[in-house]
Amino acid sequence: MARRTFSIGGVHPADSKISRGCKLEYLPIPPTVYIALSQHIGAPAKPVVTVGDKVKVGQVLAEPGGFMSAYIHSSVSGTVKSIGPRKDLSGNNQMVVEIAVEGDEWMENIDRSDTLVTDLPEDPKAIIEKIKLGGVVGLGGATFPTHVKLSPPPGKTCEMLIINGCECEPYLTSDFRTLLEKGEQVVIGTALIKKALGVAKATIAIEDNKLEAIEHINKVVDSLKSKGPEYSGIEVLSLMKKYPEGGEKQLIDAVMHRQVKSGGLPIDVGAVVDNVCTALAVYEAVQKNKPLIDNSVTVTGECFPKQANLIVRVGTPLNYVIDYLGGVPEAAAKVISGGPMMGKAIANLEAATMKGTGGLLFLTREQTKRMPESNCIRCGKCADACPMGLEPFLLNRLSKAGDMDALEANAVQDCIMCGCCLYSCPAGIPLLDTISQARGQVMGIMRARAAAAKAAAEAAKAAAEAANGSTGSPTVK
Amino acid sequence: MNMSMDKILVSPNPHIHSATTTKVLMRDVVIALLPAVIVSVVVDGWKEMLVLAVSVLSCMALEYLITRYCFKKASTLGDWSAAVTGVLLALNLPPTTPWWVVFLGAVFAIGVAKMTFGGLGQNIFNPALVGRVFLLISFPTYMTHWEIPQGLFGVDAISGATPLGAIKEGLMQGATVPDLMASHGYTYSQMLFANIGGSAGEACAIAILVGFIYLVARKVIKPWITLSILGTVAAVSCIFWLANPAQFTDPLFNLLTGGLLLGSCFMATDYVTSPMSTKGGIIFGIGIGFITLMIRYFGSYPEGVSFAILIMNSTVPLLNNWFHQKKYGRA
Repeated sequence: MARRTFSIGGVHPADSKISRGCKLEYLPIPPTVYIALSQHIGAPAKPVVTVGDKVKVGQVLAEPGGFMSAYIHSSVSGTVKSIGPRKDLSGNNQMVVEIAVEGDEWMENIDRSDTLVTDLPEDPKAIIEKIKLGGVVGLGGATFPTHVKLSPPPGKTCEMLIINGCECEPYLTSDFRTLLEKGEQVVIGTALIKKALGVAKATIAIEDNKLEAIEHINKVVDSLKSKGPEYSGIEVLSLMKKYPEGGEKQLIDAVMHRQVKSGGLPIDVGAVVDNVCTALAVYEAVQKNKPLIDNSVTVTGECFPKQANLIVRVGTPLNYVIDYLGGVPEAAAKVISGGPMMGKAIANLEAATMKGTGGLLFLTREQTKRMPESNCIRCGKCADACPMGLEPFLLNRLSKAGDMDALEANAVQDCIMCGCCLYSCPAGIPLLDTISQARGQVMGIMRARAAAAKAAAEAAKAAAEAANGSTGSPTVK
Repeated sequence: MNMSMDKILVSPNPHIHSATTTKVLMRDVVIALLPAVIVSVVVDGWKEMLVLAVSVLSCMALEYLITRYCFKKASTLGDWSAAVTGVLLALNLPPTTPWWVVFLGAVFAIGVAKMTFGGLGQNIFNPALVGRVFLLISFPTYMTHWEIPQGLFGVDAISGATPLGAIKEGLMQGATVPDLMASHGYTYSQMLFANIGGSAGEACAIAILVGFIYLVARKVIKPWITLSILGTVAAVSCIFWLANPAQFTDPLFNLLTGGLLLGSCFMATDYVTSPMSTKGGIIFGIGIGFITLMIRYFGSYPEGVSFAILIMNSTVPLLNNWFHQKKYGRA
């Protein structure tokens, strides 16, 4: 049987999953945590605690600041020391709640036992409400508030839930370990999301470099079938290892053979995609009342002495994590939050982890150095690699020329910043650097145009209404 | 913490890079040409070795001198592209070509066809082919006199024409194709195993195909351009041959003679001068195949691959404008 995968582009970087054998391990609680108020896509949360307040693990620190926002909970027990700006991993100021840790006292309603809870709540709305109250956001990278994703706009129906266990980034293994060690919880979480969406089918998609996980989850799915009708319709799908399979659009293509239109959402083609760690967080929030206060982080790199998959309290300073494992190695030249393809280079090691922090990767200068740029040899490898079917060589040229119209016509706004073009360019041309810059500009232009069109439409409507009013429209009684 | 902040590198993603660089790709092309080089040296002896040495060394020297002293930039010799041009040019010349003619070909290939456009990646026409065509037009005597191969240690070279040349000459004198094939004793096994006259690279079909398979297997090139050229030549010559076997040579003869295999495997697939998209590449290949046959059947030159590729090289910017990659979600 042909191995299933997405249809356009993709690259095959070395797997480098050297931490795959490291079991999930709880990191000790740091003396101080810094919990950011904006750990999700959308409006920052509004703090509901003040300096000097005593908080417990799982207590609400901040409420959603809008429709697209999420609850933030305390990951430790202790005293709120300050609420103010602090530098994040890029060195930009972000509002954080600083908490000095005292003991480890949890909110009473949180079930901290290991007992599996397989009975699902009756009401789908109750599931979504608990997900919202648990502050669950997408842990695959985008940190999209999960309760918003599970409430499709009217007129849109979900046909399939896809649970993303691809972990296509090299080095990262926290999803893999979660599947192996918390497979039951992930599958129950899948059943919960499935029920919340009211969808009959769910597919847990795993790349075939994780055969143990595929085998294990298959067993778990079979064993849970007896627990109720909600557990039927869950399938495990093995996908061919290829980067960026875990990209939402690519995964929908691989699993459902459907493509999301440019500017559209997965729900437009009947899909909802959630990461395996999100499914675990959903399980914990709904079945155990445990909000999203910790998450798994792979700490790895050939030059790093101790590989690990750690469960880290949200807001733990990065250097606390690193020092626990022996400190930054001499040979390391770059520290990356996330994987080597899409991760972010860290400028500030004093920054704290967030809900979406999935990995800390150490690379040597040799591993990460960019080669000197030489002439484009028009080999087309960038276009072959682009999973969106774009032509990076062309976008690079247009970006340098500043031709915004041509950039938009050639779909620069569809770029998902996966890095395949730059990775595969034999001439070392910094394609993604120029393309992402152009992408930002073009998206700005498109937003401004949409806003202007909306304003014009509203003005026209108001004018029409005013005209109708003055002539005494017969429809107005 | 034992690392000072100023030591950390911060740059946008991706943070790793594929090991396939321009140098690796070009070196693979040279490796893929080695079977043809070895066969041509074994068949044509020390004269071919001399042609190869002069061609490769002059191409590399010219590349170095022009980048260093005209462009005033770092030398680009390390990318191996000059070596590729050198080997291809040599394989396109008869082993009897005098050294100074080979050198002039290199001057035209590197100096005119490649460097005047700005070096690797900038040229419109395949440098080695420009060099060959320049020599073909300027020195027809050297370029159309061939020796029947006598092997590496052979002494008594017999001069003669290539199969394509002999047939063309014969047809003009009123003979028919089957008679000419029989009177010259051409067989397909000769063509496959390098026993017919011709420029070095034309001589052994199998050696060229081995190199082609290597390039495809290593994913240096995609096979579509080559296959569309060979398919077009086979299909179109089949029509002519079936219509009039006395006047037109058969498909297998057309596939195995002349520079068709060398051209379609190594020159038409040159990244710089071929279309970026697969669709564009197939149109490009059909064009090359068709023009080659038209020149062979109706033109005054017995051989047309070089001209066909150069003509189609000029259409590449247009093909790149017309044919684009299939985009995600924009069907």
